[in-house]
Amino acid sequence: MNRGAKGWRLAARLACAVAVAAMFLFPIYWLAAISIKTPEEIFAYPPVWIPSGFRLDGYATLFRDGDAWAVWNSLVTAGVSTVLAMVIGFIAAYSIVRFRTGGDHLAIWIISQRMIPPICVAFPIFLLFVSLRIVDTYTGLIMLYTAFNLPYVIWMMRGFIQEIPLELEQSALVDGLSRWAVLWKVVLPMSRAGFFATAVFTFIFAWNDFLFALILTRSDVITYPVQVTGYFGSQSTFWSKIGAMSMLGVLPMIFVVGTMQRFIVRGFSMGAVKG
Amino acid sequence: MPNLQLRNVDKFYGGVHAVKDVSLEVPEGEFIVLVGPSGCGKSTLLRSIAGLEEISSGDIALGGRSIVDLPPRDRNIAMVFQSYALYPYLTVYENIAFGLRARKFSDGDIERQVKWASEMLAIGDYLQRYPRELSGGQRQRVAIGRAIVREADLFLLDEPLSNLDAKLRDGMREEIKRLHKQLKKTFIYVTHDQIEAMTLAERIVLLRDGIVEQQGAPLELFERPKNLFVAGFLGSPSMNFIEVELEEGGAALRLPDGQSLAWTGSLTLAPENGEFIWGVRPEHFSVASGESSDLEALIEVVQPTGSRTFGSFSLAGTHVVAELDARTEVAADRKIALNVDMERTACFDKLTGEAF
Repeated sequence: MNRGAKGWRLAARLACAVAVAAMFLFPIYWLAAISIKTPEEIFAYPPVWIPSGFRLDGYATLFRDGDAWAVWNSLVTAGVSTVLAMVIGFIAAYSIVRFRTGGDHLAIWIISQRMIPPICVAFPIFLLFVSLRIVDTYTGLIMLYTAFNLPYVIWMMRGFIQEIPLELEQSALVDGLSRWAVLWKVVLPMSRAGFFATAVFTFIFAWNDFLFALILTRSDVITYPVQVTGYFGSQSTFWSKIGAMSMLGVLPMIFVVGTMQRFIVRGFSMGAVKG
Repeated sequence: MPNLQLRNVDKFYGGVHAVKDVSLEVPEGEFIVLVGPSGCGKSTLLRSIAGLEEISSGDIALGGRSIVDLPPRDRNIAMVFQSYALYPYLTVYENIAFGLRARKFSDGDIERQVKWASEMLAIGDYLQRYPRELSGGQRQRVAIGRAIVREADLFLLDEPLSNLDAKLRDGMREEIKRLHKQLKKTFIYVTHDQIEAMTLAERIVLLRDGIVEQQGAPLELFERPKNLFVAGFLGSPSMNFIEVELEEGGAALRLPDGQSLAWTGSLTLAPENGEFIWGVRPEHFSVASGESSDLEALIEVVQPTGSRTFGSFSLAGTHVVAELDARTEVAADRKIALNVDMERTACFDKLTGEAF
């Protein structure tokens, strides 16, 4: 192949890559732009593609009014529930794989819980939470997200653990580890990529939840998606606050996915780390 | 170091009776090989000793103390697995140190032990590498290193050489035997390879369908097999089994193709109708040099190996292999006269397969 044709091919590939990247990145850019635009720029037509200045008024208002706490609430509920779901789900998945706990069909039954439309259980759960007095508390929301994410964690971790050669665990048992120690010193490192990839998705599910947060919170532990909707009014809509709040919600996600990227790619492209 | 005793061990997997009433006594320092075809229960037995399988009934004792109810880590047994079972996320050093760390050895002790084992196995240069950076043979050494660093009472090796190529296997076989000599510990080695069993073992335990068919020194099993199965399992190429008939009052043997040869072998218990299965190992044949010969054979296929030559022929449908001197001029489709070392051949009951 001559050099010219090779150059064209490279250019075409680069152009495609730029186009695809632009398609995914533009909404985030637009959100970021709205969060720092003046109200006039937000409503201008034709649209203002690049904001004239770097105004942080929207962000300042959020922190001044205390609305930014919603992001903290989201971090706490999503973070703690992810840790709980991962620990419990990992142990449960190990038990299902190695001890055939619940027979052949327990895993399917567990994942089937995930197939129920959330709205069907939202109101029974609300009534339950009212009677337990855990509406609008961290405990309530964390319990719910943990329970809701467990099927996903168990299902995913089950697949990763099945990939681990049994002899690695048996060798560790003979070498002097207890079953618990094997779990943390052999099974966890062996399924590390899958473990972190699953944790990222679990965190994202909890982070993005709107339905349960809307029903089960009022003011104390309101999460950021619920907070954002509060800025849509029948009289007026606070676009710069919506932009700023949404950015506060997006940034942790970018950070999480960015730092965990190698695990996500490895965890879901290879199935699991093999020996 | 204590001895190992297996008393009436049974193991069921659901309805499958994998190990049937096996009793075994292994004195300290012995190198014992459990051998048999796939599914004979040899690995199950080994894993039961390690505590990785629960036995259904019977008892396993180490040093006179029952270990059946102890978890694997409390049995003080070291094991080498077929797949090496190295931890891919740990360096060679950490792999070898794994068992010592699990048992809370001090860093100084760990370093000393790892150094000793790695020098013994010539893997000192690879200690900071990861298993994926090693060849199959090197990985196998690391796996053995991990087993020997601990002061274990018993070493279990589950087909440790079966993932290596033939040449490497020969070398490792010798090393394992040397290691046993140096360590002076009890080794229980599982393999389906009869050559490994013959070359390594001080005692072979030959299993079939969960039953011990015969046990004893390698040459004892080879020379005096208890039945057709043992005779056919040991030896490569395996023993020839020829249906024969004693005639003329026990003075001659009639072969399937009608040839007769003078019978000088000893039969302590002659079969009633004179028919039995005659077991002749390939090396019991030799090309007749003088006038007299025992039988004639039309050689069909010749396989020279360099040191020996294998010639195949058939006696009225019975396939027979003879191992001949490499310098003998043997060609396919030519008749040759053969002698048989009668005293070393074996005789088996046609119905039960048991040796006379």
